[in-house]
Amino acid sequence: MSADPHYTLYHPRWYRRRMSVWWWLHNRAYAFFVLREITSVFVAFTALLYLWQIRALIQGPQAYERFLARLKTPLFLTLDTVAFLFVLFHAITWFNLTPKAMVVRMGGTRVPDWAIIGVNYAAWIVLSGAVAFALLRG
Amino acid sequence: MLKRITPLLWLLFSTGGTVAAFFLPIHLLLTGLAFPLGWLEAPRYESLHRLLMHPVTRLYLFVLVSLPLFHWAHRFRYTLYDGLQLKHLTVLIAVLCYGTALAGTAVAAYLLWNIP
Repeated sequence: MSADPHYTLYHPRWYRRRMSVWWWLHNRAYAFFVLREITSVFVAFTALLYLWQIRALIQGPQAYERFLARLKTPLFLTLDTVAFLFVLFHAITWFNLTPKAMVVRMGGTRVPDWAIIGVNYAAWIVLSGAVAFALLRG
Repeated sequence: MLKRITPLLWLLFSTGGTVAAFFLPIHLLLTGLAFPLGWLEAPRYESLHRLLMHPVTRLYLFVLVSLPLFHWAHRFRYTLYDGLQLKHLTVLIAVLCYGTALAGTAVAAYLLWNIP
């Protein structure tokens, strides 16, 4: 808490106990929640990796070769493995949460959760296949 | 200002999260693991460059980079608030997070727009 609390009309004086920064380690559900939140860091990492690849492709064949060589270093293999696991975790938790964020009704009845989740996983497989096809065709 | 654009930020968060969930795992699996480890042969420069020339690819790559960055910005902002209890730094954190996402978007737009 800051030294200068902002008093509001209906909470003239709040007393809050100090919480440890590690509050989320005490409970498995909290740890799961924080782990899910941290996936965003690896989502950003992957986006930047792609930005780097685009730049290398624009600069020319030598830059692209350097990019490929850099990805083979232990540092990047480790980073990419960890990032892949986190991005996978993001995808799975994201799809499983879709029915909670989006209620679909058809003919007056609510589409069951498993159907919405199933459509997401099916689309995931199709889209991943399309990306792999586009990249590997050449 | 931050309050007024909050709905937009949530929208960017959720579309970015969806794009990230659908597309990033396969890209990372191929580019980050399968190609460097030699499970599959990395695409040749010519074929990727030809792919990059297509306007649809450029639009796709722009979305692939930009929206997940906004997803990160929004989620990471709240991770910092809750995880590290930095509520008093609201404005600074917001500027840094969304600023980074905006910068990444600008770089992506610049690169993809100016391909010779």
